[in-house]
Formats: sequence, structure tokens, C-alpha cells
Amino acid sequence: MSEGLTWTVYDADSMTQAEIYGQVLCDLGDQHPEIVGLSADLANSTKIGKFGQKFPERFFNVGIAEQNLFGVAAGLAKSGLTPFVSTMATFVSMRACEQVRTDICYQNLDCKIIATHGGASFGQAGSTHHCTEDLSIMRSFANMTVIVPADGIECANAVKACIDWPGPVYIRIGRGFEPKFYDDEEYGFQIGKAVTLMEGTDITLICCGVTVLQAMEAAKFLKENDGLSVRVLNIHTIKPIDEEAILKAVMDTRRLAVFEEHNVMGGLGSAVADVIAASGKGCAFTKVGIPDCYCEVGYPEDLYTHYKLDADGVIETVRQVMQMDFEEDDDWEDEV
Amino acid sequence: MALSTNEIKDLEQHAWQARQDIIDITGWSGGAHIGGGLSVADILVILYFKYLNVDPKNPQWEDRDRFIMSKGHAGVAYAPVLARKGYFNFDDLQTFNKFKSPFGMHLDCLKVKGVDVSTGSLGHGLSIAVGLALGARLQKKDWYTYCVLGDGECNEGSVWEAAMSASHFKLNNLITFVDRNRLMIDGETEDVMGLEPFADKWKAFGFIVKEVDGHDFNQLSEAIDFAKAEKSGPVVIIANTAKGKGVDFMENEVKWHYGGLDTDLRAQAKASVDKLYGKA
Repeated sequence: MSEGLTWTVYDADSMTQAEIYGQVLCDLGDQHPEIVGLSADLANSTKIGKFGQKFPERFFNVGIAEQNLFGVAAGLAKSGLTPFVSTMATFVSMRACEQVRTDICYQNLDCKIIATHGGASFGQAGSTHHCTEDLSIMRSFANMTVIVPADGIECANAVKACIDWPGPVYIRIGRGFEPKFYDDEEYGFQIGKAVTLMEGTDITLICCGVTVLQAMEAAKFLKENDGLSVRVLNIHTIKPIDEEAILKAVMDTRRLAVFEEHNVMGGLGSAVADVIAASGKGCAFTKVGIPDCYCEVGYPEDLYTHYKLDADGVIETVRQVMQMDFEEDDDWEDEV
Repeated sequence: MALSTNEIKDLEQHAWQARQDIIDITGWSGGAHIGGGLSVADILVILYFKYLNVDPKNPQWEDRDRFIMSKGHAGVAYAPVLARKGYFNFDDLQTFNKFKSPFGMHLDCLKVKGVDVSTGSLGHGLSIAVGLALGARLQKKDWYTYCVLGDGECNEGSVWEAAMSASHFKLNNLITFVDRNRLMIDGETEDVMGLEPFADKWKAFGFIVKEVDGHDFNQLSEAIDFAKAEKSGPVVIIANTAKGKGVDFMENEVKWHYGGLDTDLRAQAKASVDKLYGKA
């Protein structure tokens, strides 16, 4: 395999975190003969090709034809199999948008999508290969579950969990260079349940994907240097969103900031905002992401810094949110 | 094997019934895709009453043949054929298009018994058919997948993505039809977006092509028998049809892609169908 140029999600050759996920899928393939794999000339880039090497008769490469990719996956699902489909997030969510919506979600099929190169993880490729719209698109499809794992270990957890989770699932990952966050799989991953990474009472940082590590680093810094008590929630499941964790954060900390590798419109930040707005509770709130523009070109690390999604950017945002005014309800505790 | 006289008589009876039903539903619903429904009716009739190995008492039977109406707007023809096959009561179709009816004009597989795949947006069905055929082969099942496309639908690029993959995977358990009625919403196929040389296109994409009169049960039967026996790859049956077939004032009239029928027109249309089948 190439030197980790892209997600080695099914690559068991080296001890990268991505290898862990690869091992999980191949193990699942042993246990679940109904699993089939599909890609569209990105078997190597997404590394779903590893599954294909282990189970060649259960792997289908349809060439550069993403609309057909998801139609074929729908047919395979209808024949009683469980397709795992992998291609770049931009092609899943936009090139094949209608097939994902109409062939898979509308018919509520057990099709699991691993969308790679999400956000700005392939930043140097330019906007055609960035994907800062997919969470918004995917969460608007009824029946769809949307997950953004923090790293390879969480991705492995998501893959294992989605086997027993009914209906279509969209798992959005990066390109494979992402640093490891979790040390092991034993932290209680559950689809639809936020992971509380740090308890705090002054402000809650809500994050998913690559921003989880950055938010944690920022939280530790802010605790030591600003004396802040920061709560950090890894809301890996964008849909169904963990409303309880969000409302508890509103009640306990009254200040929330969301960080995501996505347009600020429609993604995790919007999902959290929906919950807050519906609760009728006032709180200080901001969402940080790509500010409704086509992302600049560059290596992901530089882009995360530019868009204030790295630890320094999180720290800067937190200090601003701590200064925000907002109106609290008098009978706050009775109602929440 | 050629159809027996009795088989043809039986199929003709079903075809007469289907056309009567299509006219009734168009009347009840206020409007439907009647032209393309009438053009595809004979393909539906021969599949459901001669070829498809299905069990209306057990619609989800796992070894059944699969059928995909890729030109999903022909729900007005598909639904009554399913009803007459025994999946549900024909009278249920009085709700067609109405509030909270299970029957929208593009049939929903989660709401209508017997429908294997929800369709409506064109260019989706053949890909799903490819997936079903691959799934059958992988699971060593001997059921067939049948897919009906509209000719105008073949403007969609995704049809050709699917076609390329069907021949690449050498799917000899997939039988594709094109309802070649030569009309689309805006006019004749060759004026709106030319398809010819149509058979050559399919051949170039690796299909074995049979061209038949899509209203002739003997020719349809012969082509389906050929397709089932063909082991080298996928077969497409280009069925030359007439849009509005059976209703004299609709036949080959572009304006009857979609329309409604009042009581008088319904009677006129039914009389025309009766005449075609010698029942007048």
C-alpha cells in the first residue's frame, strides 16, 4: 500500500490507527458473510480494497461512476446483503446525492457508507475535493444516521456499531493522516450518545472529527492558564443528535461553542443550534467552521489554523464566548 | 417456445383488463402518465402473467424474481397489474394520488405490496437491477432480475453507467427492456435528444440486443425465452411500442404523456380499447 497517503481503513499491514479499523472490517467480514464492499475506482485511495483483497468475490469496483455505485449498492442491499460503500465524501454527498437519498434512504436500506476525504482533509486538492457540505446534506435525508468519528479507533467503533444499527449510515472520515485521539476502543461508544471527554461548568466545547483532539488540547490549556472549567463533548453522531447532552450542557455551563470541519451552515453547529432554539433557553453560543465559503487550498494543518479549528483557534473562540452576554431565564432550573 | 393459442387469449384478456384499469385509474386520480402506461402495458402483462416467478401471497419471498419499473411514472399501469395478480384489491386504487394513499403515481416499495423497488426519478432502476443481479449470483440464487426502462430515460447518463457495469460483470441473470415508444414530454425522442442508432449503443455497451414489437406477445415471449437462455451476458429487449396504445385518440400523441379523463373521455377511451380487443 502507498505510504499512508489516504485512509488505510482496511489496511492491516502497519500499526497505524487506521489499521485498527481495517482489521475490524475484515473481522466483521469473517463473522458476517452478508457484508459486501463497493468502491468507484478508489479501492486503493479509500483502502476498501483491503476488504476486496481478502474477499474478492464480495467486492465490486464499478469504475468512476458514483451514481451507479450507490444504485448497485441499493440493489445488493435489496438482495439481502449488507453493502459497505467507500468513496470520497464529495462524490457520495454531491455526485451521487440523489441515489443516496432516493435509492438508499427513501427505501431505508441497510447500506453503510464510509465517506473519506471529508472536510478539508485533502486541502491541497482544492475545492473540488474538499467536502464541507456533506453533513448538512446527509442529515437532511430521513432515515440516515450520520457519524463523524474523532479518529481511526472511533471509526472502528462506528463500523462495528453500525452493523446492528438499522438503516443507512454515513460515516465521514478524513484522509488518513489524522492524529490518533483515543488509546483504545473501551470508552463506551454508542451511536447517538455524546462522549463527555472532560467535565466542566464554565463552558462546553462541542466537537466531532479532527476538532476533538484540538478542543481537548485547548480545554487543558484553558484550565491551566485561564482557570476555566471546560466541558468537552465529542458529539460523533450528528444524527440522531444527543439532545440530552446538549440540554444538560446548556443548563450546566450556559456557554457553548461548536467546532467542525464543515460549512458553519447545516452541520453539527446547526444541529446543536436546533436543539438549543427548541429548548427556549438563552445561552452564549457560537459555531466555528468554514465560514460559508469555498475553503482555501493548503495542507489540512494550515487550513485548520486559518479557520480557527486548531487548539489556538479554539482558545481564542472560548475567550470570546466567555465575554458574550446572554439572557437567562429566571425559572431556568425548573424547566430544563 | 411459441405461445399456445390459449396463452395468447389469456394474455390478451389481461392486456384488455390492464388498459381498462389504466383508464379508470386515470379518471379516478385526476391525472396520470397514461400514454407511457398504455405503451408498457403488454410488457407488464406478459411478465406478471407468464414469466415472473412470484407469489402474491408472499410478496417478500426471498427466491422470487425481481422486477424494477425504472420508468416509475408508469405506476398507473404497474399498480393495476399488481392488483389483478392478487397483491391487493383493485378497488384500493380508487385512492390513487389522493391524500395519504399508499399509491402515489410513482409506486413506493414500502407501501405497495409487490413493488420491489421504489422508482420515479429516471436513470436509477438499471443500477439497482445490476446490484440485485450481482447479489443473486453471489448468493447462488437462480432468480432473475427484470428491469423496464423508458426510451427517453436513456438520455440519463446513469443508465449508461449501469449498462457498462451490467456487461462488465457479465450479468446473464438480468433482463432489461426498453419501452421504445419514441415520445417524451417535449416531443419525439429523436428531436428532443436523439437516441439512434439505439440498438448499436446497447451493443457497444456489451449488451445482446433483441428488437421486438412490444405489443406482440409472441415476439415478446420469444425474446424473453432467448434472454433467459443466453449465458454470455446481459440482454436488452428493445420493445417498439406506441405511446397511448389502444386508445385511438391518444396513440402516438405527445400531449398524452400525462393527462386526466372526464367521464365522456373515459367512455370513449374504453370503447376504443374494446374495439382493439374485439369486444365492441
